[in-house]
Parts: sequence; structure tokens; C-alpha cells
Amino acid sequence: MDVDAMKQLGAALAMGLGAIGPGIGIGLIGSKAMEAMGRNPEAAGTVQTNMILAIAFAESIGIFALVIALLLKFV
Amino acid sequence: MGKKIVDFLWGTKQRKIWTSVIVGLFAASILINFIAPVPPPHVALSGEPIFSTGPKWFTNSVLTTIIVDIILLLLALATRFSLKEVPGGLQNFMEAIIEALYGLAESVAGKNAGKFFPWVVTIFLFVIISNWSGLIPGVGSIGFYHPYPAEEKHGEDSHAYLSDNQLAMAGGSIILAAPESVQAAPAAAVSEKGKFIPLFRAPSADLNMTFALAISTMVMVQIWGVRHLGGSYFRKFFNFSGPNGFMKGINGFVGILELISEFSRVLAFGFRLFGNIFAGEIILFTMTFLIAFLLPVPFYVLEVFVGFVQALVFMMLALVFFQMSTISHGSHDEHH
Repeated sequence: MDVDAMKQLGAALAMGLGAIGPGIGIGLIGSKAMEAMGRNPEAAGTVQTNMILAIAFAESIGIFALVIALLLKFV
Repeated sequence: MGKKIVDFLWGTKQRKIWTSVIVGLFAASILINFIAPVPPPHVALSGEPIFSTGPKWFTNSVLTTIIVDIILLLLALATRFSLKEVPGGLQNFMEAIIEALYGLAESVAGKNAGKFFPWVVTIFLFVIISNWSGLIPGVGSIGFYHPYPAEEKHGEDSHAYLSDNQLAMAGGSIILAAPESVQAAPAAAVSEKGKFIPLFRAPSADLNMTFALAISTMVMVQIWGVRHLGGSYFRKFFNFSGPNGFMKGINGFVGILELISEFSRVLAFGFRLFGNIFAGEIILFTMTFLIAFLLPVPFYVLEVFVGFVQALVFMMLALVFFQMSTISHGSHDEHH
């Protein structure tokens, strides 16, 4: 295998494997937030903002994987 | 129903004008697509110098950063010099923003909110405007063709150009072409004109800007820590206290971890913002080249939302780190 093929493969693997963890994390955050909103609908506003913040943190792990994939692909 | 739609689009003189302008723009964009085919999307990880002969530091993202700064300054000055007892449009808007953000800062930092607020709100406003500046039509698509540099760099540069453009347009549809075939077809026409350099680039889509913000934020974290705790702030990093040798070793190791985490936070800060905004730009590029009409719209809305959320996240994280640095680390040890 030549270097270019390895780069493509590495970028795809980095993105694919790197998306597993954040995916599970965002799912957990979302499910817990829905549960909390169902139990306490008055607090839906604060739960929602905190949920979005927590999702952004979980998502940033996936974004790191994306940055590595982009670096592999374009540099 | 049909009459209602006609009335909505063609009812008054004003509506006639707007409808014809929108339809005309649509038609013009389709026509332009046929007359002057668009080159494949240009993806560059870093900002590029605007003038091929000018200074290397003057990149398109520096230019956009300056424009964003000017927008912020003008907004601030316009609000400052038209302050009224009964707030009008602009003042109302700015007051609402500042009030909402101050409430947020107070809920995190408590009595320190007043001290941290100017820092974090400056970060928030700057980041949100630079995130959204990448979404303005024309940013990234208006630019020049630079002639390729002299011979010795030609080989390397054209190679980089070819590996850049593996998404190629063929007969109106997008294909994934091998670098060699791209070289044969459209790149040959483009390479006569040179390399396309956009005039503007969102500052957040440049690692230099995000890392500058991240580094200055983490430096400020240390400064707030020293101002609140004095020299004892550094006990967090160099802590060799403990009842016995084993605990001393553990505490020393924890200090090293704290020191490393301070640096990894810079990386996380910088890459989070850069990655989100840059990835958003690439998504928009890709969607535009799949179907140019209507398909990018939902992604565009998503990017507006992502830009806001990332600015908020940057601000909240800075606030939390500021607040954490002011809390004495070893105080609970002294009481037992």
C-alpha cells in the first residue's frame, strides 16, 4: 500500500472510530435530559441550555477526530 | 388558495419588486453557472497570503479579523454615544444581550462575575461575530487567482493543488476523481490562471486565531489565580505535602497532571473552535457542490446555531476556568 492510500484509510478510520464515543455520549446526555424534562417540565429551559452545553463538550471530542482526519487528508 | 399565493407574491408594487428580484437572482445564479463554471471547492487548512508578493503574515483571515474588530468597535461606539434614558432599538438590543450574558456569568462565578465579565463577554462577542462572518455570502468565494510561484516550487505546489481537489465536477454532477484524472480535465484550465486565493476567510476557521484566544485565556486563568490566591496558587502544581512519603508522591504526581492539563486545555480550546467552524465550512462546500439550490439551506441554519453554541461554550469554559483558578486548592486539607 502506498502512502496516499494509507492516508485516506487513516483519515476514514480516525473519523469513524472517533465518532463512536461522542455518539454514545450525546445519546446519553440527550436521554437523561429528556428524562429530566419529563419529570420536571418547569425546568425545561435550564435543562435545555445545560444539555446543549454538555452536548457541545461531547461533540468536541468528535471534532478532534475530525481535525485529525482533515490534517491527514489535506496536509 | 391559489389566489392567496398570487396575492402574497404579486399583490402590491413592493411585493412585485421583491419577487422579481429574488427570481431574477435565482435565474442569474443558474445562468452564471453555465456561462462561467465554478471551480471545485478550495479547501485550505490555514489562511493564505492575499498578495502573492506582499507580506506573508497578511492572510485573508487576518483581513477578516480586522473587519470583525471594526464591526465590534463601531457597534460599541454607536451604542455608547447614543445612550438614552429610554432605550431605543440598538441600545435595547445590546442591553438585552449584556443582561442575559451577565446573568449567565453571575450564575457561574457568583461575586467574581463583575471581574470576569469584560473578558468573557469580549471573547463571546468576538467569537460569535467571527463564526458568523464565515457564513456571509462571498466570504471564501470572492478572491483572486495567484500565478504559481517559480519553477522549483511548482511541482510541490501543483501536487498540493491536485490532492486538494479530488471532488470534481463532471457533466453537472459531482464525482470523486483520482488526482490524475482531475489533472487531465478541469485543473488544466485552472492552472493557467493560477491558484485561487479567497479574499476573506472566517477568523475562527484559522488555527492561529483560535490558538491566540486559547493561549490568552489560559494565561489569564493563571493571572486570576495569582491575583486571588497569591503565591499559594502555584501549590496546585507543586504540591509535596502529605502525612507520609506515599501520599507525598501521589500529591506530587497530581501536581504534574494539573500542569499537563493546563496545556491540554489550550489545545482543546483551540481545536474545538477551529474544528467546529472549519468542519462547518467544509460541510457547506460539499453540500453546495452536491446540489447548489436549497440543499445547503438547512446546513446553513445548523451552522448559524453551531456558531452561537461554540461562542457560548468558549465563554462558559473560560468563565469556569477563571472561577476554578480563584478557589484555593488545598484549603480543605488544612482543616483536618
